[in-house]
Amino acid sequence: MIAFILRRLAVAIPTLLLLIVFSFILMHMAPGGPFTAERALPPQVIANLEAQYGLNDPLWLQIWNYLYNIVVHFDFGPSFVYPDRTVNQLIAAGFPVTLTYGVLSFVSAIVLGVSLGVVAAIWHNSWVDYIAVGISIGAQVLPNFVMAPLLVLVLTLWYGLLPGGGWSFSDPSFWIMPVIALATSYMASIARITRSSMLEVLGSNHIRTARAKGMPEHRVIIRHALKPAMLPVISYLGPVFVSMITGSVVIDMYFSTGGIGKAFVDSALNRDYAVMMGVTILVGALTILFNLIVDVLYAWIDPKIRY
Amino acid sequence: MTRLFTTTALLAALALPAYAVQPAEGETLADSQTYTYWLLDAIKSLDPAKNTDVEGSDVLRSLFEGLMNENAKGEMIPGVAESYEVSDDQLTYTFKLRDAKWSNGEPVTAEDFVFAWQRVVNPETASEYAWYMELMNVVNATEIVAGEAKPEELGVKAIDDKTLEVTLTTPTPYFVSTLSHATTYPVPQAVVEEFGDQWTQPDHLVGNGAFTLASHNLGVEIVMEKNPEYWDADNVLMETVRGVTVNDNNVALTRYQAGELDRVQIPAGQYPRLSEQSPEEAVSVPYGCSYAYVMNLSDKGPEALKDVRVRQAMALGLNREVIVDQVLQGGQKPAYTWTHWAINGFTPPEGGMADMSMEDRMAKAKELLAEAGYGPDNPVKVSLQYNTDDSHRLLAIAAQQFWRPLGIEVELNNVEWKVHTDRLQSQDFDVARYAWCADYNEASTFLDWFRTDGYNSGKWSNEEYDKLLVDARTADDTTPLYQRAEEILAEEMPAVFVYHYAKVDMINPAIKGLPRENLLNTWYAKDLYRVAE
Repeated sequence: MIAFILRRLAVAIPTLLLLIVFSFILMHMAPGGPFTAERALPPQVIANLEAQYGLNDPLWLQIWNYLYNIVVHFDFGPSFVYPDRTVNQLIAAGFPVTLTYGVLSFVSAIVLGVSLGVVAAIWHNSWVDYIAVGISIGAQVLPNFVMAPLLVLVLTLWYGLLPGGGWSFSDPSFWIMPVIALATSYMASIARITRSSMLEVLGSNHIRTARAKGMPEHRVIIRHALKPAMLPVISYLGPVFVSMITGSVVIDMYFSTGGIGKAFVDSALNRDYAVMMGVTILVGALTILFNLIVDVLYAWIDPKIRY
Repeated sequence: MTRLFTTTALLAALALPAYAVQPAEGETLADSQTYTYWLLDAIKSLDPAKNTDVEGSDVLRSLFEGLMNENAKGEMIPGVAESYEVSDDQLTYTFKLRDAKWSNGEPVTAEDFVFAWQRVVNPETASEYAWYMELMNVVNATEIVAGEAKPEELGVKAIDDKTLEVTLTTPTPYFVSTLSHATTYPVPQAVVEEFGDQWTQPDHLVGNGAFTLASHNLGVEIVMEKNPEYWDADNVLMETVRGVTVNDNNVALTRYQAGELDRVQIPAGQYPRLSEQSPEEAVSVPYGCSYAYVMNLSDKGPEALKDVRVRQAMALGLNREVIVDQVLQGGQKPAYTWTHWAINGFTPPEGGMADMSMEDRMAKAKELLAEAGYGPDNPVKVSLQYNTDDSHRLLAIAAQQFWRPLGIEVELNNVEWKVHTDRLQSQDFDVARYAWCADYNEASTFLDWFRTDGYNSGKWSNEEYDKLLVDARTADDTTPLYQRAEEILAEEMPAVFVYHYAKVDMINPAIKGLPRENLLNTWYAKDLYRVAE
């Protein structure tokens, strides 16, 4: 297992390097640049700006300098569009916000989704099942860009219960709407996957054996059915976790959280090369890391899987 | 060398009081003097030399103060400058500065302005607004930006602590109007040098404005508190100003209605409904921007558009009344001139298309196209490029419908903002949507755009037009010159002018002091106060 983890980490480095080089080249191929503005800047001003940010160097040298600064100084460069801030500062400000509402959404989606799925499977084809399936389909079809303004309308304007947006680490009332809006559709997917996987497991031989031995039903479910039923859920959760903690542009836009989801999209639209690269690397590294964690979890849950 | 106090120097003493803020008769001040306004996006920079957008300028006007301020009508009133003199040749301006202080208690001196202005043009600062000093025609600005002269050679000098002298390359009638712009604000040398790029962080920033920076959570909110060191602090009633970012205009409106915001822009198309529901809150005022479809007349442009009759026909065939009344619905006005109708001292030329009925225009358009050899059987084929935005899309579809019966087939071409701008500037388009906003309240801010060496993305060029604008710089009465320039634009039609902007907002009636007659919507938080409801 240790060897497997080390091998995977060794592959991760060239993967990240390739990601950086490809993103860098693609980014520079896109028409327009960070200083393309409605009022065309005088050529001399553009030249000054490009000199300042090293954009007049050949592309290979720019990539080299970029990598050098990351590896040696852990410096992701200055933002082109927010001249008062560095990429490190922007990510340090935005990522904790995204991480907070992402982790909370992830946990709520799992707890609610799994419970809903299990309940639906146990009382299969009863009214409980129908309600659970109804809820999860409803939650699935309601996209978060519809849900977010709806939440503000109901919870802020009509009932005045929660602030309509913004962010504060010390006041959880700012977290509630982002978490609901982000978690809902994931919760629905988790509920559906859990339900069908659970149904399959409940019909299998080892459950029949457990029941035949006279084991109480709650122990059958918790000890023998839930664990194998979680396998498909876990393979779904790996990428979902990464996409949740690296932010959602919809959540950031509607609730003005200041998270990095919007920063990422903005950086692409603004051609803010440095920010775009910084967030790409962050997302890339997390994706690699969590795919590895999912593989390890798999081996832990299913003794048949060995690497 | 000293040109100061030339024999008959024009003394422009500004004895006006700086605009004392006072509640009107019958108004009671609210206990909490706070103003919370909407920002569409994060504020990109709080450095006066690096700020490039309107939202940033709104904040900088509270954190800093330039030589001049604007009053509620957009007229220039004294800021840090108490008075100024202009030399006979209109090339030297001498400003007398008042006793003002930075928020750390240090005095604001002429040297602070010299440092700030030199910093803007210094290539090392890489200021995107370095061109503004060129627009102001400050001596050597262009050369310094180009790296051909040293920043110290800029035409700005501290005669003593309280006297600032500015020299210009050419008489510039609008010069004083440029001085309320954030790019010209002083910055504290010691602080800038100590903290470098980080000097605008809330812990470091020192300003000379009526407010200080309390916090700035990028993309969430910015909070400013009243500055007790401000020279006119006694006349400032507002205590706290908050700019809150909401990236979605509709959500922002909901939050305004929930009482979280005091001012928000009205989303497109909702003004009629809101002005009926809450007439005291929905406000539409003229706003100094013009919207146009620019024609590419360069070598890379389509052949058909090089025929002035085709351009005329397109201008005639566009039903601006429908666009304004049924698409935009926010108090905008149809545009038949490039210069916004409400610009100070501007009178549009008589006659022309504005006086014709739509039927006459269509008949005339068909006639012109037939003369040029086009019509429904042999249509003009052009593409219309616009950047991603709902209202640009609606307008483009409307234009397509208006032009089709004439025999002008328009292919709509929607591209992302950066691509749009890039193509505009490299003449890679047929017809493209464009908007220009006034830098200062005088017609040349619009008309300069079409000069041969102006921004002029369509590369139209006309000698008489260029000469008129040069003459206007030294003319006593610019009206006939500007009118003639607009007439040339109407004859040559290098662009189809579509509409003149209005600023359409919901404003909490408890907030007083926001300007309604300032075309550039330049507002100062120090002029605001909140009355009890």
